[in-house]
Amino acid sequence: MADHGKSIWAQLKARLAVDNVDVNDEKIYKSGGRDFRKPKDAKGTLIRILGYAGKNKGLFVLVLVMMLVSTGCTLAASYYLKPLIDDYIVPLITQQTKDYSALARQLGILTVIYLASAVATYFTSRTCMTLAQWATNALRRDLFSALQDLPVTFFDQHTHGELMSRFSNDADNVQMCLEQGIVQFLSGIITFVGTVALMINLSWKLFLITLLTIAVSFGLVRGVGRFSKILFKKQQASLGTLNGYIEEMLDGLKVVKAFNYEERAKEDFSELNDDYRDNAIFANFLGNIIFPTMNAIMNVCYAVTAVLGGFMTLTGSFTIGSLGVYLNYIRQVTMPINMMSNQAINLFSAIAGAERIFAVIDHEPEPDDGTVTLVTVDRAPDGTLTETAKGERTGFWAWKIPQGDGFYAFREVLGNVRLEDVYFSYVPEKPVLKGVTVWAKPGQKIAFVGSTGAGKTTVTNLINRFYEIDSGRILIDGIDVKDIKKAGLRRSMGIVLQDTNLFTGTVMENIRYGKLDATDEECIAAAKSANAHGFITRLPNGYDTMITGNGQNLSQGQRQLLAIARTAVAKHPVMILDEATSSIDTRTEKLIDRGMDALMEGRTVFVIAHRLSTVRNAQAIVVIEHGQIVERGSHEELLEQKGRYYMLYTGQSELD
Amino acid sequence: MREILTGYWGKYKDSLILTPIFVLLETVVTLALPTLMSNIVDVGVATGNRRYIVICGLLMTALAILSAVSGYISTWNASRAANGFGANLRSAMYRQIQEFSFADIDRFSTASLITRTTSDVRQLQMAVQMMLRTFIQAPFQLLVAMTIVVSYSRKLALIYMVAVPLLFVGVVTVMTLVDKLFLRVQQKLDAMNADIQENLIAIRVVKAFVRQRYERQKFKKANDELTRSNLKAVGVIIAMSPLATIVLNAVTLCIYWFGGRMVATGEIESGQLLAVISYLNQIMMSVMMFSMVLMQYTRSRACGKRIAEVLDTVPDIQDRPDAPQRTIEPSRGSVEFKNVSFRYSRTGNGEDVLRNISFSAAPGQTVAIVGGTGSGKSSLVNLIPRFYDVTEGQVLVDGVDVRDYRIRDLRDGIGMVLQKNVLFSGTIRQNIAWGKQDATDEEIIDALKSAQAWDFVSQMPDGLDTHIQQGGSNVSGGQKQRLCIARAMLKKPAILILDDSTSAVDSDTEGRIRESFSRELAHTTVFIIAQRISSVVNADKIVVLDEGGVESVGTHEELMKRSPIYRDIYTSQVEEALSNG
Repeated sequence: MADHGKSIWAQLKARLAVDNVDVNDEKIYKSGGRDFRKPKDAKGTLIRILGYAGKNKGLFVLVLVMMLVSTGCTLAASYYLKPLIDDYIVPLITQQTKDYSALARQLGILTVIYLASAVATYFTSRTCMTLAQWATNALRRDLFSALQDLPVTFFDQHTHGELMSRFSNDADNVQMCLEQGIVQFLSGIITFVGTVALMINLSWKLFLITLLTIAVSFGLVRGVGRFSKILFKKQQASLGTLNGYIEEMLDGLKVVKAFNYEERAKEDFSELNDDYRDNAIFANFLGNIIFPTMNAIMNVCYAVTAVLGGFMTLTGSFTIGSLGVYLNYIRQVTMPINMMSNQAINLFSAIAGAERIFAVIDHEPEPDDGTVTLVTVDRAPDGTLTETAKGERTGFWAWKIPQGDGFYAFREVLGNVRLEDVYFSYVPEKPVLKGVTVWAKPGQKIAFVGSTGAGKTTVTNLINRFYEIDSGRILIDGIDVKDIKKAGLRRSMGIVLQDTNLFTGTVMENIRYGKLDATDEECIAAAKSANAHGFITRLPNGYDTMITGNGQNLSQGQRQLLAIARTAVAKHPVMILDEATSSIDTRTEKLIDRGMDALMEGRTVFVIAHRLSTVRNAQAIVVIEHGQIVERGSHEELLEQKGRYYMLYTGQSELD
Repeated sequence: MREILTGYWGKYKDSLILTPIFVLLETVVTLALPTLMSNIVDVGVATGNRRYIVICGLLMTALAILSAVSGYISTWNASRAANGFGANLRSAMYRQIQEFSFADIDRFSTASLITRTTSDVRQLQMAVQMMLRTFIQAPFQLLVAMTIVVSYSRKLALIYMVAVPLLFVGVVTVMTLVDKLFLRVQQKLDAMNADIQENLIAIRVVKAFVRQRYERQKFKKANDELTRSNLKAVGVIIAMSPLATIVLNAVTLCIYWFGGRMVATGEIESGQLLAVISYLNQIMMSVMMFSMVLMQYTRSRACGKRIAEVLDTVPDIQDRPDAPQRTIEPSRGSVEFKNVSFRYSRTGNGEDVLRNISFSAAPGQTVAIVGGTGSGKSSLVNLIPRFYDVTEGQVLVDGVDVRDYRIRDLRDGIGMVLQKNVLFSGTIRQNIAWGKQDATDEEIIDALKSAQAWDFVSQMPDGLDTHIQQGGSNVSGGQKQRLCIARAMLKKPAILILDDSTSAVDSDTEGRIRESFSRELAHTTVFIIAQRISSVVNADKIVVLDEGGVESVGTHEELMKRSPIYRDIYTSQVEEALSNG
C-alpha cells in the first residue's frame, strides 16, 4: 500500500532494491511505453535508418543547415537583450531630447532575426516530418513485403502480437526519433554549447557558479534517471500483466460465468490492479521529481548569480543588460540537459526497435530455387503443347521445364502426385512422418484417415511445400516439387484449410480471392457449386455483404462454404481439402458433396476428414497412425482387411 | 463524465486536495523570484546597498528550497491521486463487467469491453494527472504574473491583455482542427492494422493462393493512406510552434519598444523592465499549457463516455431480490421447457430464434439436440443456466423457474462445456480445478480419465503442472475440448450441457467419453448437441430442431419412423455406409 508518512521513503528504497524485470519479455511492451531493450549495433542500425530518411541527400543537408540557422537565431535573439538595454535603452535615460530611431532600428533587426528563426524552425520540422513519415512508410512496406516471403515455420515461431508490435511500437519509435528526436538532440547540443559560450563571454566568473549548477543537474538527471528506470520497468511489467489478465478474463467471461468464477476473478484482478497502482505511483513520483529538483537548483543558482552579478554591477565590471541576459540564460541552459537525456533514451529505443524490424526484413525467405514454372498452354490435336500469351486462359496447364540449353520442354499438368519415403519433423529429433509413401493418379480422390495428431494435415502441408521435408521425395507429374517455382506449384493446387480465414471485403471479393480476374458470373457459379449461393442470397446485401473480422458475422459452417467457393473458382488441377466440411452439418454436407463431385471431376483430390462418411467414396483411403501409413485401399478393400479402418468404421456403426 | 471525475477517488481524496495546494505554493514561490531580482537591480544596485542585495539573495535561496519541497509534496500527491483514481475506476469497470449477462457482453462485444477497461481508463487517468497540476497552476500563474506586471506598469500589461486571448483562441482552434485530423489518422491506422492482422492470420491462405503481390498492393494502399493523413495532421501541429513563437516574439518586441521608452522617460526602472521580460515566458507558457490541458480534457471526455456506458449498464439478468437459497441436488436435475420463445434482441424486432418450444428431461436422462446449422440448438441450452432469459414461456429446473433461483445456486448445479470454449493461462491442474476449487489431485486425475484426457496429460513432461498458454494455444483442438469436458465433469453437476464440444475429437475417443458419462454420471441429466449421429443415437430423448421450432421429440427408433429430418440426417451419415459395407 502506498500510504503517507515515513514509510514512503522505506517503500521507495525497497522497490529500488530489486531490479528483476525481464526487459526482453515482449509482453511488457504490449500496452505501449518505453522500450528498455538495448541495441546491438547502434551505429550500423542508425546509418541504415538514416538511409531510409536520407534518400534525398540534398534535402537532408538542407535540414541540418536550417536547424543550425533556427538554433543560431534563437540564441542571437536572446543575446540581443544585452546591447538593447545597455546601448540603446539605458543611454536614453540621460538624453535630453529622446531619439528613439536607433532603438527602432535595433528592434527592426531583431524582428528579422525572429522571423528568420520562425521560418527556419517551421521548415526544419516540416521537412523532418515529411522525411520521417515517408521513411517509416518505406520501412513498414519493406517489413510487410519481407513477411510475405518468410517460411511458414517463421509464423509458427512468432506470435501475431509480436509481429504486430514490429509494425506499431517499433515503427512508431523509429518515426518519433526521425521526426523529432535527432533534430531535438542536435539542436539541444547546439543550444547548450552556444548558451555556454555566450555565458562565458558575458562573464567567466559568474559562469563558474553556473558550471557547478550544470554539473549537479547533469549528475542528478543521470542518477534519478537510473533509479526511475528501474521503477518504470516495474510499472510497465505490472501493467502488461494486468492488461493481459483483463484481456484473458474478459475473453473468457462466458466461461467465468458458467463456472461461477466471478469472485475469484475479482480477487485475482484486485491483486494485480493494486500492484500496478503502487508501482505506478512510485514510478510517476520518481519520474517527475526531477522537475522541482532542477527548478530549485536553477533558482538557487539564479539567486546566487543575482547577488554576485549585483555586486559586479556595483563595481562597474558588469552591466545591467548583461545581468538580465545572463539570468535568462540560467533558465535556458539546464533545459537541454533534461531534454537531451530524454531524447537519448528515445533514440536508443528507436534503434533497438529498428533492429528488430531489420531482423525480420533480413530473415531468410522461404527457399524457392526451383526453375520449373507453370504456364497456360494450347494443346494441338496431336498433343503438342505451345505456351500461350500471358493472362490468356485456355484451361490447359503445363510445366515449363528448362533444358539447360535455352530451350524448354512442356509437360501437361495432370496431377500425378507421389510421396516417396518421406520423413519430416517440425522439431528436430521429433519425427512427425516416418517413411510415408503415397501416390495419387490423375483424377483420383485420396482420403487420409487417422486420429488427431497422426500427421494427416502435415502430409498436405508438404505437398505444397509449406514445410521442407527431412528426406525422401515428393513428385508432381514426375517433377520433384523442389525443382518447381513455388508460385507455380501452389497455383497448381487448390487448398481449403482446416482454419478458414476470410478477408475484410464483400462476399464476392472473398470468392474472387481464388482467381483475381474472375467475373461475377464465375464467382456465383463457384458459390453455387459449393452450395453457398443459398445462404449468400439470404444475407442482407447478398454478394455485396461486407465480411469483417474474419467473418465473425457468419457461422463457422458458412465460412467453410465460402472457403470452398473461393477455391472452387480457381479450378486447380489438384485439390486439397483439409477438414473442409467439419463444421457443416451432415445434411448440408451431402448437398455440397454433389457440387464437390462436379468440382473434383478430373482433378486429383486429397481429402482429410474426421467423418468417415465423407471419405467413403475415395478411390484410395490412407490410414495414418503415428506418422506412418498403416493401411491403404478402397473402402471395400479396407473393410475386408478388418484392420484399423474396419475398427474405426465399425466403431461408429456398431452404435446402432 | 462528472460522476466519473468525482466518484472514484476513494481513500485518495486527501491527495486530491493536497496536490493543488502545494502546486499553488510552488507557483507563488517561483513567481516571487523575478520580483526579488528586480529589487536587487533597482534598489540594491541603484543605492549600492550590499546588505540588501545579500538579504534578497538569501530570501531567493530559501524560496527556491521551499519551492522544491512543495514540488515534491505536490508531485507525490498528484501521482498518488491520479493512479489511485485510475485503479479505483478500473476496478469498478472490471467488477461491473463481471456482473454482465451474456446479452450485455454480446451488445458491447468482448474487444470493446477490453479496450474500455484498459486503454480508455488509462487515457482518462493520464488526463486527470495532467489536469490535477495544470488546471489550477496555469490560471493561477497567469493571474499572479499579470498582477505583478500590472503593478509595474498598466501600459505594458495591456500588451499581454491582447496577446493572451489571441494565443488562447489560436491554440484551441488549431487543436480542434488537429483533433479532427487525428481521428482520421486513427481510422487509417486501424484499417492498416486490421490489414496486417488479417494477413498474419491468413498467411497460409495467402501462400496457398500465391497472393503475395496482391497483398503487397493492398498493404501499400493502406500504408500510404495512413502516411498521407498523418502528414496532414502533424503538418498542422508543426505549424503551431512557430506561430506561437511569433506571437511571443511580437510581444517581446512591443515590450522592448514601449518598455524602452518608459525606461527612457523614467516611468519604470530598468530592473522592472527585466522582470517584465522574465514573466513573459511564464505567462505565455501557462496560456499554452492551459489550452493544451483543456483539449486533453475534451479528448478524454470521449473515453469518459465509453467508460460511463459500461458503468451505467444495469445487467439485464440479476437475482430476484427475494430469491431464496436453493441448491440443485446432484441426484435430481429435471429440466422442462414450457412454451419457450426466445430472441436475442429484446427491444428490437429481431427474429425469434426459438419458437414455442416444449419438452422435458427427467433426472438422469440424456437428451440429444440435433438440427442443421442455425436451427437454434446453442440458444436453447443457453437458457438452462440462464445465460439468456426467455422472451416468452418458462424454463423449469426441478419444477422451479430458473429465474427464481439465485444465479449462483443455479449455475453451481450445472456443468457447461461451451461451443466456444477457453482455457486460461496457468497449469492444467489450475484449469481443471475451475470445476471444483478444492479438488484433490486424485479427483482431477479421475475427471481427466473420464474425459479421455489423462492419456496425453500424463505423457506431458510436467503432467498436471504443464503450463497452458493463454487461450490454450499450446494444445491441439481435440485436447482442448477434452480438457474442457474434464473441467465440467469435475463439478459432478446435476445437469451437464455439452454444446458441440467433441467436434475435434475423433469418433472412437468420443465413444469412450460417452461411455464414461453413462458410467460416472449416471444420475446427471445430460444435454448433448452434436453433429455426429453416433453421439446421439443412444440418448433417452432426441429433440429435432428446425428453424427455431421443435420438429419432433422421441427416441432414435421413434424418430426414424416419424421425423423426416432426423431420417435424413441419419441417412446422410450411417445408412449409406452400411449398404456400402
